[in-house]
Amino acid sequence: MITTSKSAKIIPHIVLIILTLVCLLPLLLLLMASLTDEQTLMLNGYSFFPEKFSADAYTYIFKTGKTVLRAYGITFFVTAVGTVCNVCMTVCLSYPLARPGLKGRNAIAFFVFFTMLFNGGLVPTYIMYSQFFHIRDTIFALLIPSFLMSPFNVILMRNYFKTNIPDAIIEAAKLDGASELRTLVNVVLPMSTPIIGTIGLMSGLAYWNDWTNGLYYLVKRTDLYSIQNVLTNMLNNIQFLKTATQLQGINIEMGTLPSVSIRMAIAVVAVIPVMIVYPFIQKSFVKGIVIGGVKG
Amino acid sequence: MSNSTSQNRQGKIKKKGSFTRNLPLYLLMIPGLLYLIINNYLPMFGLTFAFKKINYTVGVFESPWVGLDNFTYLFKTSDAFVIFRNTLCYNLAFIVLGTVLAIVVAIFLEQVRTKMLRVYQTSILIPYLLSITVVSYLAFAFLSSDNGFINNSILKLLGMDEISWYSSPKYWPFILTFIYLWKSFGYSSILYFATLIGIDDSYYEAAVIDGASTWQQIRHITLPCLKTTIITLVIMHIGRMFYSDFGLFYQVPMNNGLLFSVTNTIDTYVYRGLLQLNDVGRSSAAGFLQSILGFVLVMITNMITRKIDKESALF
Repeated sequence: MITTSKSAKIIPHIVLIILTLVCLLPLLLLLMASLTDEQTLMLNGYSFFPEKFSADAYTYIFKTGKTVLRAYGITFFVTAVGTVCNVCMTVCLSYPLARPGLKGRNAIAFFVFFTMLFNGGLVPTYIMYSQFFHIRDTIFALLIPSFLMSPFNVILMRNYFKTNIPDAIIEAAKLDGASELRTLVNVVLPMSTPIIGTIGLMSGLAYWNDWTNGLYYLVKRTDLYSIQNVLTNMLNNIQFLKTATQLQGINIEMGTLPSVSIRMAIAVVAVIPVMIVYPFIQKSFVKGIVIGGVKG
Repeated sequence: MSNSTSQNRQGKIKKKGSFTRNLPLYLLMIPGLLYLIINNYLPMFGLTFAFKKINYTVGVFESPWVGLDNFTYLFKTSDAFVIFRNTLCYNLAFIVLGTVLAIVVAIFLEQVRTKMLRVYQTSILIPYLLSITVVSYLAFAFLSSDNGFINNSILKLLGMDEISWYSSPKYWPFILTFIYLWKSFGYSSILYFATLIGIDDSYYEAAVIDGASTWQQIRHITLPCLKTTIITLVIMHIGRMFYSDFGLFYQVPMNNGLLFSVTNTIDTYVYRGLLQLNDVGRSSAAGFLQSILGFVLVMITNMITRKIDKESALF
């Protein structure tokens, strides 16, 4: 630890408390806005100390907000299925790559690594998925592109297996007659819970927060929108109507759009699962960042 | 169980070829490799679309080759300059400011040896967990001209006029840089912090005995120990200089045309051309340049790093 004079010891605390507030206050504003009475909101704007509270926005969402609840369900489904598939595929690809003496494993490892250096970008990816695989307007659009497996995680997990699972243990299991699959499931995986947890967390967060796949591939089937897509769509519609009214003087009934507090309430609803899970996984999450940050 | 055991042993004794013996391992890899082929390798070959005039009705493969037409078409407009300038300049600002901020925060975190450390770590990571969609709502809550917190509370309190944020490009370079730093500094501080706690306390103790000031300790112990981490993280970011966070530049300014001069990056340009303006030609040309230049940049930075400090190179 850097040694400082006694009076200077307080400086880190002051700076970090300010940064903590900067990180948390915007979320508090969002929460307060969602709990503010609509009239008060229109009159005073968003505020940390609303004059009049109201939970109307939330009752509205749960009573009539079919779109929101369905989108919520879809997001949960995609996150769960996607994360499980992601972890399975990552394990299955990285475990053989960590086994010494497997012919061609360096070539295959390079095949995986190369995708991190070079990629085709959005245009070819979009054309291929929509023209050849026809995943547009299906649930696969939310599951498959980009997030199903990350080459970075494969390298990460391979390194973990290499350094943390001694070959002797695998050989012993094989001598006892366990098949490759059995060795993997009963011996290697129980020893690898930290890395599996980390990759599962990162993948789950990526699926939960993703809105790009829905934006690219869901054109007509807006009923498949994830909660993030519902949110972006709502914000963009408002913006579109505003510019239209400003530019052309058209008067569009703003009442047809969800009111201000309801929009903020939906954003809160989208954040809540992450905030509920986060305190429990905070430690392994920080560990995961550190593991992932050092080069593979 | 005992049956399969004896079979397996026999298999060993027979000394089958290594490929047959390892067949289950090869089979395990198939789903992952197949996904990489579909998701990563096929699009690489699709980069050749940049030399075609894509026409969906006749099909992508039957579309005619047009040579460099898409590229000349792209560079005829001022867009090309704007998107490359924006992408590179924002990244440069993000690298410099992001690194400095993260190191400063990490040094402060390292000096906290109380239970508060956990509280600080937990809270500064929260912005990193939020989707860019939610971040755009937070930005809207602050910046919206009718109800926004800044216009309604802060500026009113200071007796200043309202600012129409979403139609004034001059503020956006600062807004976007602020949001980027806000969202990412927790993550990178934790990375630097992890290196810092590995530094042996005896270095500092020895330095203090020799009469080193706080600044001298940072300058001569902390920063040299962070060197490898700094170089690794910075070259990883430099390798992505031609890429930008699509959500930050598209969703946070709410795809607002008035702000394009300072918010249009290669990624938003490619997206708009492909899916909103039906201008696949220019879009694929820009995407092609992004992929190729990105690759070249990664190779060059890695080569230079290897020359300077082999330990820090990525490969």
